Amino acid sequence: MFQQFTPNNPLPQGAKVPVEMAVFSPEVEAEIDRHLAKYPVKRSAILPLMFIVQRERGGWLDPPGVAYLADRLGVRITDIWEVATFYSMINTEPVGRYHLQVCKTLSCKILGANRVTEQCTKRLGIKPGETTEDGLFSLSEVECLGSCGTAPMMQIGFDYYENLTGEKVDEIIDRCKSGELSNGVR
Amino acid sequence: MFIGAIGCEPLQLRRVLLDDSASLEVYRANGGYEALKRVLDGMSPDDVIGEVKKSALRGRGGAGFPTGMKWGFVPKDSPKPKYVVCNADESEPGTFKDRYLMERDPHMLVEGMLIAAYALGARANYIYTRGEYRYLIEIMDRALDEARAAGLLGEKILGTDFNCEIYTHSGAGAYICGEETALLNSLEGLRGHPRMKPPFPAVAGLYGCPTVVNNVETLTAVPDIIKMGGEAYQKLGTEKSGGTKLWSVSGHVNRPGVYELPMGYAHMEKFIMEDCQGIAGGRRLKAVIPGGSSVYIMPASDIVGKDVRMDYEGLVAAGSSVGSGGFIVMDETVDVFESTKNLTEFYKHESCGWCTPCREGTDWLVKVFERMDAGGGRPDDAQLLLDIVDNIEGKSFCPLGDAASWPIQSAIKKFPEDFRRRVAANGNGTDGGNKDGLPTA
Repeated sequence: MFQQFTPNNPLPQGAKVPVEMAVFSPEVEAEIDRHLAKYPVKRSAILPLMFIVQRERGGWLDPPGVAYLADRLGVRITDIWEVATFYSMINTEPVGRYHLQVCKTLSCKILGANRVTEQCTKRLGIKPGETTEDGLFSLSEVECLGSCGTAPMMQIGFDYYENLTGEKVDEIIDRCKSGELSNGVR
Repeated sequence: MFIGAIGCEPLQLRRVLLDDSASLEVYRANGGYEALKRVLDGMSPDDVIGEVKKSALRGRGGAGFPTGMKWGFVPKDSPKPKYVVCNADESEPGTFKDRYLMERDPHMLVEGMLIAAYALGARANYIYTRGEYRYLIEIMDRALDEARAAGLLGEKILGTDFNCEIYTHSGAGAYICGEETALLNSLEGLRGHPRMKPPFPAVAGLYGCPTVVNNVETLTAVPDIIKMGGEAYQKLGTEKSGGTKLWSVSGHVNRPGVYELPMGYAHMEKFIMEDCQGIAGGRRLKAVIPGGSSVYIMPASDIVGKDVRMDYEGLVAAGSSVGSGGFIVMDETVDVFESTKNLTEFYKHESCGWCTPCREGTDWLVKVFERMDAGGGRPDDAQLLLDIVDNIEGKSFCPLGDAASWPIQSAIKKFPEDFRRRVAANGNGTDGGNKDGLPTA
């Protein structure tokens, strides 16, 4: 095993970069090539590639995934971290299989976003920012997702769930638990 | 949720309610790609820019800058490649119009971008979509594939010498990337920090090359401008802002939705009470934020019984602005202190951290709001908020600082009682002094 380098535990000065690098299937490599072909500069593909690596590495950018990206894009490990830590959708820590992201900005707020979050907390026993012990659920409060006309809402992975009520939240959580619902990661 | 036009024939929303409206077949059967054909059949790039100038189309992303003029800034003799970038990073709170345009009528955006690319001499172009809108990227990719297969994209478009590619690109959750230079940095694979202007993107944008960044709603207006002519498009609206505008209506109305109105729609009160079917539960209107969270809040007294015209000049005269058209309606149950706190938390979270006034200022604002919310409000806390705002507004690197300032300034001015209520009962704060590190003023 190697040391886990995260933003909270950064690479010490002069330390060697971890050599272990993620390996992906030919299909994933082909998908990555399709993204790289869009740009005259490889680095432009950093965010699309991060989503792919995140999907393939269990939902977050783990150090072997970061090392892979740096190698593939021809940039330094720190360049990858620099970008990864800026964007809220790039996970630099592990998240649950179902990542419930409740919009908390004004239009959702005045139409009951708090009730959605409270219902999730009640059902899952976790507060925003936490993950259940079995690793099945993470709960977050996020800023405006452009669903104000169908508020309140939450996003699971990339999927939108709108016009939410307490019962709808219950139903969604039940269907996640039974594995019937996609976790929206793609 | 309602989606449709009021007070005019639907223009941008003409196809959104048709079955299978996202398909190339339906788009073409309803006038699609006719404008592109007309452009390639004999209009010069200058002709196209001329029509857009005549149309008085103003950028729909929020700033309202005249689109034709923006296009005119791109140097014609530059040997560098040129780029058209579509700003689909729609993340202004209260705004969701671009989402439905892309979901229901993606080819309209493809056609608008092709015409813009022709006018500006751009070969490769990008649609920068916010990461959360992944399903829209999938819809756009399908539309682009369809267009490519039909000879509308790629080499020798419609049998002419015009070659053009459009690619989708995903952001990853950052409000600031809606600011055009931050968007360009993000598209180059960097953190989404805004750039110094000048040079403006028209001169040095993506990869240092001449670039035009336009909002989805701006680009989707272009095919109609070409088809009906700039002058006719302008006449749908007012002299200074032509055409129609999409308003994203949310909050306490009976019928939220995306409304297409002619620019200069005469009466905001009627719009809320009749077109949006009034306030939910028969309660009273308290306030409206008419243009996305970054504009001045309007109290009901500035709307009811007043003749507020819904266009750039009309809303400025009424004490606010059009912004992105994110129309948030709040009834009498809303505490404006709380709604302003909510938005301030948004700006703190979304401040990119590049410049000190915005990064530190938004953090201090939230600290004061939290103290007041916790029952420790001091008599001069409202003034303290205004003082902090005064050190952000006009002093930040990009407009996010202003956007964080204006809601607070207008909320304290228009709803002082909601802030006064937050002064602690003993009039001196209940936190026992300076333990939270705030100046005691």
